[in-house]
Amino acid sequence: MKALRIVGRSIRDAFKSVFRNFSLSMAAILCATITLMVVSISLVIAANIENATKSLESELSIVVYVKKSATEDDIKYLQDKIKGLDNVESVEYKSRDEWKLEMSEYNPSFETLLENYPENPLLDSFVVVVKDATDLEKVTTEIRNFDMVDSANFGEDAVVTIVSLFDVVEKTTLIVLVALIFVTAFLITNTIKLTIYSRRNEIEIMRLVGSSNIAIKLPFIFEGFIIGVLGSLIPILVTIYGYIIAYNKLGGHIISELIKLVAPFNFVFFVALIVLGLGAVIGMLGSLLAVRKYLKI
Amino acid sequence: MKFIELKNVNKTYSTGVTALADMSVTIDKGEFVFVIGHTASGKSTFIKMLYREERPTKGSVIVGGVNVAKIRNGRVYKLRRKIGVVFQDFKLLPKLTVYENVAFALECLGVSSKEIRPKVLKAIERVGLKEKTRSFPHQLSGGEQQRVCIARAIVNEPKLLICDEPTGNLDPETSKDIMKVIDNINKELKTTVIMATHDKEIVNRMKKRVLLIEHGVLTGDYLKGSYKSHESA
Repeated sequence: MKALRIVGRSIRDAFKSVFRNFSLSMAAILCATITLMVVSISLVIAANIENATKSLESELSIVVYVKKSATEDDIKYLQDKIKGLDNVESVEYKSRDEWKLEMSEYNPSFETLLENYPENPLLDSFVVVVKDATDLEKVTTEIRNFDMVDSANFGEDAVVTIVSLFDVVEKTTLIVLVALIFVTAFLITNTIKLTIYSRRNEIEIMRLVGSSNIAIKLPFIFEGFIIGVLGSLIPILVTIYGYIIAYNKLGGHIISELIKLVAPFNFVFFVALIVLGLGAVIGMLGSLLAVRKYLKI
Repeated sequence: MKFIELKNVNKTYSTGVTALADMSVTIDKGEFVFVIGHTASGKSTFIKMLYREERPTKGSVIVGGVNVAKIRNGRVYKLRRKIGVVFQDFKLLPKLTVYENVAFALECLGVSSKEIRPKVLKAIERVGLKEKTRSFPHQLSGGEQQRVCIARAIVNEPKLLICDEPTGNLDPETSKDIMKVIDNINKELKTTVIMATHDKEIVNRMKKRVLLIEHGVLTGDYLKGSYKSHESA
């Protein structure tokens, strides 16, 4: 009961202090807001990149070209062999004539080009879809070793480039983020330092009448917590409303139908929760630093 | 009955200054003791050791059966709850009323407001400020402010009341009134009172035990003594 009253008192004092030194608190709150805004935006981007990479990979298939010399039996045999591999979801046969038709539809000039050959120069092929995108490379190598396989590809280069680009983007945001978190924590430390200074008489009296150390420190920790949480409010609202609006405006995908956005529900709340938690933790960390450094008991 | 016992206490500050040298003294429960001496004689160090604001370099300081010198920093608050302290500069919170200033001492300890109210009113009445309960410190005279401090120091019914020059900022008439209040607390509540002072008149008039500290050494301990006794001694 006693502990509860001390906690209640600390919370009340913390709120009082935030509003008593409003201009000072405001600076710290704004800094937290900016940091958390960046956190929120990078979380949204990172999650969408992750999602896009995954869906791209899952739609990636291996195209296996069969040697020209292969007979119909060879093709049948090869198809069964590929089907028998682990991790292979489906194998679809696509004859050279189907390829020709498809390419001609895509661009009529192919047709005229191909007319010049005495027979269809294209190869028969299989389109192999794997269960797990990370096994793409392994399955491809296995297929390459089979007889009658001319070549097998899954567009490695493009994927590797995209993934490494995403990686650079992610790392850069991370560095900026860490720097911003430090700046915010420092500003909160400074704010709390000034509150400690402005309340030094109160602290002295508390010590004299026998307040426990934790009871003296608690209001300042709560103050940092409140600053952090207040700083997270705007980023949370912007994340929730901004993302839902953007998602609906864009129709759920970006640039092309291939790159789908993460569905807003639950996702925005998840991001909001992280932002709130981070705000609270940064705030408390900042005030803890100040209390340890400037509050001599 | 022994309440405070100092045994061979030495205090040397990190600057190399020796504030107290081999001091031994015992004070009984319910006693009223003046501590006199010049500025920088070591009397403040002596007083601060009792509520563990300072630690002795050597020796033991026993208050109410506990060796204060050995209390860990995190536990000092338990000692402080049994001790009331009054200073020359009143250390009141300017934005709180008289009632709130006194109640503050109990609120910090997590006492419920139900319990706080009667205790605070009793303490305020004891120092004679019943009419000024709702006043703010700036509306009070110096003597009244000091009474508020005394009320705050005794509201938790401490066994020991430490006064560090409580009349230092007050005129002789007001000082007399303050001393009456402190004397009453000593007599009625049986609170042990230790008071450091420069005020000759008070010491001479009250005829209480006097400890004289000079250059960090206890040079005189007079029962019913006074400034005169040490001047003649």
